[in-house]
Amino acid sequence: MPRSLALARGYPADMDGVTTTQRRQITRALGGIAVYALAFGMTFGAVSVASGLTLAQSLVLSVVMFTGASQFAFVGVIGAGGLPVAAISAALLLGARNAFYGVPVSAALRPQGRSRLWTAHFVIDETTAMLGAQQDTPAKRLAFWATGIVLFVAWVAGTAAGAIAGEVIDPDALGLDAAAPAVFLALLWPHLRTLRASALAGASVLVAVALIPIAAPGVPVLAAALLAVAAGLLPGRDRTHPEVPSDVDGLP
Amino acid sequence: MSVGWLPLIVAAVGSYLLKLAGMLLPARVLDDRRVHAIAGAMPIAMLSALVVVELLDAGGRWGADWHVLAGMVAAVGALVLRQGVLVVFVAAVSVTAILRYVS
Repeated sequence: MPRSLALARGYPADMDGVTTTQRRQITRALGGIAVYALAFGMTFGAVSVASGLTLAQSLVLSVVMFTGASQFAFVGVIGAGGLPVAAISAALLLGARNAFYGVPVSAALRPQGRSRLWTAHFVIDETTAMLGAQQDTPAKRLAFWATGIVLFVAWVAGTAAGAIAGEVIDPDALGLDAAAPAVFLALLWPHLRTLRASALAGASVLVAVALIPIAAPGVPVLAAALLAVAAGLLPGRDRTHPEVPSDVDGLP
Repeated sequence: MSVGWLPLIVAAVGSYLLKLAGMLLPARVLDDRRVHAIAGAMPIAMLSALVVVELLDAGGRWGADWHVLAGMVAAVGALVLRQGVLVVFVAAVSVTAILRYVS
Protein backbone atom coordinates (compact mmCIF):
# COMPACT_ATOMS: atom_id res chain seq x y z
CA MET A 1 0.00 0.00 0.00
CA PRO A 2 1.69 3.22 -1.13
CA ARG A 3 2.14 5.70 1.69
CA SER A 4 0.81 8.55 -0.47
CA LEU A 5 -2.45 6.67 -0.90
CA ALA A 6 -2.92 6.40 2.87
CA LEU A 7 -2.03 10.06 3.29
CA ALA A 8 -4.46 11.10 0.64
CA ARG A 9 -7.30 9.08 2.16
CA GLY A 10 -9.90 11.29 3.74
CA TYR A 11 -9.19 14.27 1.53
CA PRO A 12 -11.67 15.16 -1.19
CA ALA A 13 -8.88 15.73 -3.72
CA ASP A 14 -6.95 12.48 -4.09
CA MET A 15 -4.30 13.58 -6.54
CA ASP A 16 -2.59 10.21 -6.93
CA GLY A 17 -2.22 9.09 -10.49
CA VAL A 18 -2.30 12.52 -12.11
CA THR A 19 0.43 12.86 -14.70
CA THR A 20 2.63 15.96 -14.90
CA THR A 21 1.10 16.81 -18.27
CA GLN A 22 -2.43 16.64 -16.88
CA ARG A 23 -1.46 18.66 -13.81
CA ARG A 24 0.16 21.33 -15.99
CA GLN A 25 -2.89 21.44 -18.25
CA ILE A 26 -5.25 21.86 -15.29
CA THR A 27 -3.04 24.46 -13.57
CA ARG A 28 -2.79 26.53 -16.73
CA ALA A 29 -6.57 26.57 -17.13
CA LEU A 30 -7.00 27.43 -13.43
CA GLY A 31 -5.08 30.71 -13.73
CA GLY A 32 -7.49 31.92 -16.37
CA ILE A 33 -10.48 30.63 -14.43
CA ALA A 34 -9.41 32.47 -11.25
CA VAL A 35 -9.07 35.82 -13.00
CA TYR A 36 -12.24 35.38 -15.02
CA ALA A 37 -14.25 34.25 -11.95
CA LEU A 38 -13.04 37.33 -10.11
CA ALA A 39 -14.04 39.57 -13.03
CA PHE A 40 -17.32 37.72 -13.61
CA GLY A 41 -18.06 37.79 -9.85
CA MET A 42 -17.48 41.55 -9.86
CA THR A 43 -19.88 41.78 -12.79
CA PHE A 44 -22.48 39.90 -10.80
CA GLY A 45 -21.96 42.04 -7.67
CA ALA A 46 -22.33 45.25 -9.64
CA VAL A 47 -25.43 44.04 -11.53
CA SER A 48 -26.92 42.71 -8.28
CA VAL A 49 -26.78 45.96 -6.33
CA ALA A 50 -27.92 47.84 -9.44
CA SER A 51 -30.98 45.53 -9.37
CA GLY A 52 -31.82 46.59 -5.81
CA LEU A 53 -30.20 43.84 -3.73
CA THR A 54 -27.99 44.67 -0.77
CA LEU A 55 -24.33 43.68 -0.44
CA ALA A 56 -25.29 40.97 2.07
CA GLN A 57 -27.98 39.55 -0.22
CA SER A 58 -25.57 39.50 -3.17
CA LEU A 59 -23.03 37.62 -1.07
CA VAL A 60 -25.57 35.06 0.15
CA LEU A 61 -26.49 34.34 -3.48
CA SER A 62 -22.84 33.79 -4.43
CA VAL A 63 -22.06 31.63 -1.38
CA VAL A 64 -25.24 29.54 -1.19
CA MET A 65 -26.74 29.57 -4.70
CA PHE A 66 -23.26 29.54 -6.31
CA THR A 67 -24.35 29.07 -9.90
CA GLY A 68 -23.78 32.08 -12.14
CA ALA A 69 -26.61 31.83 -14.64
CA SER A 70 -29.26 31.36 -11.91
CA GLN A 71 -27.85 34.29 -9.96
CA PHE A 72 -27.93 36.55 -13.01
CA ALA A 73 -31.48 35.38 -13.78
CA PHE A 74 -32.65 36.00 -10.18
CA VAL A 75 -31.36 39.57 -9.95
CA GLY A 76 -32.42 40.24 -13.56
CA VAL A 77 -36.07 39.44 -12.79
CA ILE A 78 -35.97 41.46 -9.54
CA GLY A 79 -34.30 44.38 -11.33
CA ALA A 80 -36.97 44.31 -14.06
CA GLY A 81 -39.64 44.61 -11.37
CA GLY A 82 -40.71 40.96 -11.55
CA LEU A 83 -42.44 39.14 -8.70
CA PRO A 84 -40.28 37.20 -6.21
CA VAL A 85 -41.95 33.96 -7.35
CA ALA A 86 -40.87 34.72 -10.95
CA ALA A 87 -37.31 35.34 -9.77
CA ILE A 88 -37.29 32.06 -7.83
CA SER A 89 -38.71 30.16 -10.85
CA ALA A 90 -36.13 31.60 -13.23
CA ALA A 91 -33.27 30.72 -10.87
CA LEU A 92 -34.50 27.17 -10.25
CA LEU A 93 -35.33 26.45 -13.90
CA LEU A 94 -31.82 27.52 -14.89
CA GLY A 95 -30.34 25.65 -11.92
CA ALA A 96 -32.07 22.43 -12.98
CA ARG A 97 -29.22 21.75 -15.41
CA ASN A 98 -26.89 21.33 -12.43
CA ALA A 99 -28.93 18.27 -11.42
CA PHE A 100 -28.06 16.76 -14.80
CA TYR A 101 -24.41 17.75 -14.42
CA GLY A 102 -24.53 15.63 -11.25
CA VAL A 103 -24.72 12.59 -13.53
CA PRO A 104 -21.27 12.88 -15.19
CA VAL A 105 -19.74 14.17 -11.94
CA SER A 106 -21.10 11.25 -9.90
CA ALA A 107 -20.14 8.80 -12.61
CA ALA A 108 -16.54 10.03 -12.57
CA LEU A 109 -15.97 10.79 -8.87
CA ARG A 110 -18.36 8.29 -7.21
CA PRO A 111 -18.76 10.34 -4.00
CA GLN A 112 -20.13 8.28 -1.11
CA GLY A 113 -22.16 9.18 1.99
CA ARG A 114 -21.81 12.64 3.43
CA SER A 115 -19.16 13.75 0.90
CA ARG A 116 -22.04 13.98 -1.57
CA LEU A 117 -23.40 16.93 0.48
CA TRP A 118 -20.40 19.17 -0.24
CA THR A 119 -19.50 17.69 -3.61
CA ALA A 120 -22.99 18.68 -4.79
CA HIS A 121 -22.41 22.34 -3.95
CA PHE A 122 -19.60 22.52 -6.55
CA VAL A 123 -21.48 20.88 -9.44
CA ILE A 124 -21.71 23.79 -11.90
CA ASP A 125 -20.91 24.58 -15.55
CA GLU A 126 -17.21 25.23 -15.09
CA THR A 127 -16.37 22.30 -12.81
CA THR A 128 -18.33 19.89 -15.02
CA ALA A 129 -16.60 21.21 -18.13
CA MET A 130 -13.13 20.97 -16.55
CA LEU A 131 -13.86 17.45 -15.30
CA GLY A 132 -15.18 16.50 -18.73
CA ALA A 133 -11.99 17.70 -20.41
CA GLN A 134 -9.93 15.06 -18.55
CA GLN A 135 -9.84 11.42 -19.60
CA ASP A 136 -9.16 9.48 -16.39
CA THR A 137 -10.53 9.53 -12.85
CA PRO A 138 -7.61 11.01 -10.84
CA ALA A 139 -7.28 13.89 -13.32
CA LYS A 140 -11.06 14.40 -13.33
CA ARG A 141 -11.03 14.52 -9.53
CA LEU A 142 -8.22 17.09 -9.46
CA ALA A 143 -9.84 19.18 -12.20
CA PHE A 144 -13.21 19.19 -10.41
CA TRP A 145 -11.97 20.12 -6.93
CA ALA A 146 -9.27 22.60 -7.97
CA THR A 147 -11.72 24.38 -10.25
CA GLY A 148 -14.50 24.32 -7.65
CA ILE A 149 -12.41 25.78 -4.83
CA VAL A 150 -10.60 28.40 -6.94
CA LEU A 151 -13.88 29.42 -8.54
CA PHE A 152 -15.73 29.68 -5.21
CA VAL A 153 -13.13 31.90 -3.57
CA ALA A 154 -12.73 34.16 -6.61
CA TRP A 155 -16.50 34.32 -7.24
CA VAL A 156 -17.36 35.35 -3.67
CA ALA A 157 -14.47 37.84 -3.42
CA GLY A 158 -15.42 39.27 -6.82
CA THR A 159 -19.06 39.59 -5.79
CA ALA A 160 -18.09 41.60 -2.70
CA ALA A 161 -15.80 43.89 -4.70
CA GLY A 162 -18.34 44.37 -7.50
CA ALA A 163 -21.23 45.04 -5.10
CA ILE A 164 -19.19 47.71 -3.31
CA ALA A 165 -17.95 49.26 -6.58
CA GLY A 166 -21.44 48.93 -8.08
CA GLU A 167 -22.66 51.77 -5.90
CA VAL A 168 -20.58 54.15 -8.02
CA ILE A 169 -20.08 52.54 -11.48
CA ASP A 170 -22.44 51.59 -14.32
CA PRO A 171 -21.84 47.91 -15.28
CA ASP A 172 -23.08 48.46 -18.85
CA ALA A 173 -20.57 51.30 -19.41
CA LEU A 174 -17.81 48.74 -18.80
CA GLY A 175 -19.36 46.30 -21.28
CA LEU A 176 -20.09 43.83 -18.49
CA ASP A 177 -23.45 42.85 -20.03
CA ALA A 178 -21.39 40.97 -22.66
CA ALA A 179 -19.61 38.95 -19.96
CA ALA A 180 -22.20 36.23 -19.32
CA PRO A 181 -22.91 35.19 -22.95
CA ALA A 182 -19.19 35.29 -23.79
CA VAL A 183 -18.32 33.03 -20.85
CA PHE A 184 -21.13 30.59 -21.66
CA LEU A 185 -19.98 30.46 -25.31
CA ALA A 186 -16.40 29.78 -24.22
CA LEU A 187 -17.61 26.89 -22.06
CA LEU A 188 -19.67 25.53 -24.96
CA TRP A 189 -16.97 25.86 -27.64
CA PRO A 190 -14.82 22.78 -26.87
CA HIS A 191 -17.92 20.57 -27.06
CA LEU A 192 -18.65 21.50 -30.69
CA ARG A 193 -16.18 19.08 -32.24
CA THR A 194 -18.65 16.62 -33.72
CA LEU A 195 -21.48 17.06 -36.19
CA ARG A 196 -23.84 15.52 -33.64
CA ALA A 197 -22.92 18.09 -30.96
CA SER A 198 -23.16 20.98 -33.41
CA ALA A 199 -26.58 19.82 -34.60
CA LEU A 200 -27.79 19.64 -30.99
CA ALA A 201 -26.42 23.14 -30.30
CA GLY A 202 -28.15 24.48 -33.42
CA ALA A 203 -31.48 22.89 -32.49
CA SER A 204 -31.20 24.25 -28.94
CA VAL A 205 -30.57 27.75 -30.27
CA LEU A 206 -33.62 27.58 -32.55
CA VAL A 207 -35.95 26.26 -29.83
CA ALA A 208 -34.75 28.78 -27.23
CA VAL A 209 -35.07 31.73 -29.62
CA ALA A 210 -38.56 30.62 -30.68
CA LEU A 211 -39.69 30.38 -27.03
CA ILE A 212 -38.32 33.77 -25.87
CA PRO A 213 -41.47 35.80 -26.64
CA ILE A 214 -44.00 33.17 -25.54
CA ALA A 215 -42.55 31.38 -22.52
CA ALA A 216 -41.76 32.40 -18.93
CA PRO A 217 -38.17 33.36 -18.04
CA GLY A 218 -36.04 30.24 -17.78
CA VAL A 219 -38.32 28.06 -19.91
CA PRO A 220 -36.39 28.55 -23.22
CA VAL A 221 -33.28 27.16 -21.54
CA LEU A 222 -35.15 24.30 -19.88
CA ALA A 223 -36.69 23.36 -23.23
CA ALA A 224 -33.15 22.83 -24.48
CA ALA A 225 -32.71 20.30 -21.67
CA LEU A 226 -35.52 18.24 -23.24
CA LEU A 227 -33.65 18.35 -26.56
CA ALA A 228 -30.56 16.98 -24.80
CA VAL A 229 -32.63 14.12 -23.41
CA ALA A 230 -33.98 13.40 -26.90
CA ALA A 231 -30.48 13.58 -28.39
CA GLY A 232 -29.18 11.19 -25.75
CA LEU A 233 -31.91 8.66 -26.50
CA LEU A 234 -31.41 8.83 -30.28
CA PRO A 235 -29.52 5.85 -31.64
CA GLY A 236 -26.20 6.85 -33.16
CA ARG A 237 -22.85 5.46 -34.22
CA ASP A 238 -20.99 7.63 -31.75
CA ARG A 239 -22.09 6.33 -28.35
CA THR A 240 -19.07 7.55 -26.47
CA HIS A 241 -18.92 11.05 -25.06
CA PRO A 242 -15.77 12.84 -23.97
CA GLU A 243 -17.52 13.81 -20.71
CA VAL A 244 -18.17 10.24 -19.63
CA PRO A 245 -15.55 7.75 -20.77
CA SER A 246 -16.42 4.08 -20.33
CA ASP A 247 -13.61 3.46 -17.82
CA VAL A 248 -15.11 5.76 -15.21
CA ASP A 249 -13.76 3.71 -12.32
CA GLY A 250 -10.21 4.27 -13.51
CA LEU A 251 -9.32 0.74 -12.43
CA PRO A 252 -6.94 -1.36 -14.52
CA MET B 1 -36.71 46.97 -7.06
CA SER B 2 -35.77 45.23 -3.84
CA VAL B 3 -36.33 41.71 -2.60
CA GLY B 4 -36.92 40.22 0.84
CA TRP B 5 -34.76 37.54 2.41
CA LEU B 6 -37.33 34.73 2.15
CA PRO B 7 -37.50 34.49 -1.67
CA LEU B 8 -33.73 34.84 -1.82
CA ILE B 9 -33.16 31.97 0.63
CA VAL B 10 -35.77 29.79 -1.12
CA ALA B 11 -34.05 30.33 -4.48
CA ALA B 12 -30.55 29.77 -3.07
CA VAL B 13 -31.35 26.64 -1.05
CA GLY B 14 -33.53 25.33 -3.89
CA SER B 15 -30.59 25.69 -6.28
CA TYR B 16 -28.41 23.66 -3.91
CA LEU B 17 -31.08 20.95 -3.56
CA LEU B 18 -31.20 20.64 -7.37
CA LYS B 19 -27.44 20.00 -7.41
CA LEU B 20 -27.83 17.48 -4.59
CA ALA B 21 -30.63 15.67 -6.42
CA GLY B 22 -28.20 14.94 -9.26
CA MET B 23 -25.72 13.51 -6.76
CA LEU B 24 -28.18 11.22 -5.01
CA LEU B 25 -29.23 9.27 -8.09
CA PRO B 26 -28.39 5.58 -7.55
CA ALA B 27 -25.31 4.12 -9.27
CA ARG B 28 -27.59 1.84 -11.30
CA VAL B 29 -28.99 4.95 -12.98
CA LEU B 30 -25.51 6.39 -13.56
CA ASP B 31 -24.29 3.23 -15.24
CA ASP B 32 -27.06 3.36 -17.81
CA ARG B 33 -25.75 3.96 -21.33
CA ARG B 34 -28.60 6.32 -22.16
CA VAL B 35 -27.98 8.36 -19.00
CA HIS B 36 -24.35 8.75 -20.07
CA ALA B 37 -25.46 9.95 -23.50
CA ILE B 38 -27.96 12.40 -22.00
CA ALA B 39 -25.41 13.69 -19.50
CA GLY B 40 -22.97 14.34 -22.34
CA ALA B 41 -25.59 16.16 -24.39
CA MET B 42 -26.94 18.30 -21.52
CA PRO B 43 -24.26 21.03 -21.26
CA ILE B 44 -24.19 21.40 -25.05
CA ALA B 45 -27.93 22.05 -25.28
CA MET B 46 -28.25 24.26 -22.20
CA LEU B 47 -25.17 26.40 -22.80
CA SER B 48 -26.32 26.98 -26.41
CA ALA B 49 -29.72 28.12 -25.17
CA LEU B 50 -28.17 30.27 -22.42
CA VAL B 51 -26.02 32.14 -24.93
CA VAL B 52 -28.89 33.09 -27.23
CA VAL B 53 -31.24 33.92 -24.35
CA GLU B 54 -28.59 36.23 -22.89
CA LEU B 55 -28.16 37.90 -26.29
CA LEU B 56 -31.68 38.02 -27.70
CA ASP B 57 -34.09 38.08 -24.74
CA ALA B 58 -35.07 41.69 -24.01
CA GLY B 59 -37.47 40.91 -21.18
CA GLY B 60 -39.81 38.36 -22.74
CA ARG B 61 -39.49 39.67 -26.29
CA TRP B 62 -36.83 39.54 -29.00
CA GLY B 63 -34.27 42.30 -28.82
CA ALA B 64 -30.52 42.75 -29.07
CA ASP B 65 -27.92 45.38 -28.28
CA TRP B 66 -25.50 45.65 -31.23
CA HIS B 67 -22.64 46.64 -28.91
CA VAL B 68 -22.99 43.31 -27.13
CA LEU B 69 -23.33 41.42 -30.44
CA ALA B 70 -20.08 43.04 -31.62
CA GLY B 71 -18.50 41.94 -28.35
CA MET B 72 -19.65 38.40 -29.11
CA VAL B 73 -18.03 38.55 -32.56
CA ALA B 74 -14.78 39.41 -30.74
CA ALA B 75 -15.39 36.47 -28.40
CA VAL B 76 -15.83 34.09 -31.35
CA GLY B 77 -12.64 35.49 -32.89
CA ALA B 78 -10.75 34.76 -29.67
CA LEU B 79 -12.17 31.21 -29.59
CA VAL B 80 -11.19 30.58 -33.22
CA LEU B 81 -7.67 31.69 -32.25
CA ARG B 82 -7.79 29.00 -29.51
CA GLN B 83 -7.78 31.43 -26.60
CA GLY B 84 -9.01 30.51 -23.11
CA VAL B 85 -12.04 31.74 -21.18
CA LEU B 86 -10.25 34.76 -19.73
CA VAL B 87 -9.15 36.17 -23.11
CA VAL B 88 -12.64 35.54 -24.49
CA PHE B 89 -14.14 37.41 -21.52
CA VAL B 90 -11.78 40.39 -21.92
CA ALA B 91 -12.32 40.54 -25.71
CA ALA B 92 -16.13 40.56 -25.41
CA VAL B 93 -16.29 43.04 -22.54
CA SER B 94 -13.70 45.49 -23.89
CA VAL B 95 -15.10 45.57 -27.45
CA THR B 96 -18.61 46.14 -26.07
CA ALA B 97 -17.40 48.90 -23.73
CA ILE B 98 -15.29 50.67 -26.35
CA LEU B 99 -18.03 50.63 -29.00
CA ARG B 100 -20.55 51.90 -26.47
CA TYR B 101 -18.16 54.67 -25.44
CA VAL B 102 -17.44 55.92 -28.98
CA SER B 103 -21.01 55.66 -30.29
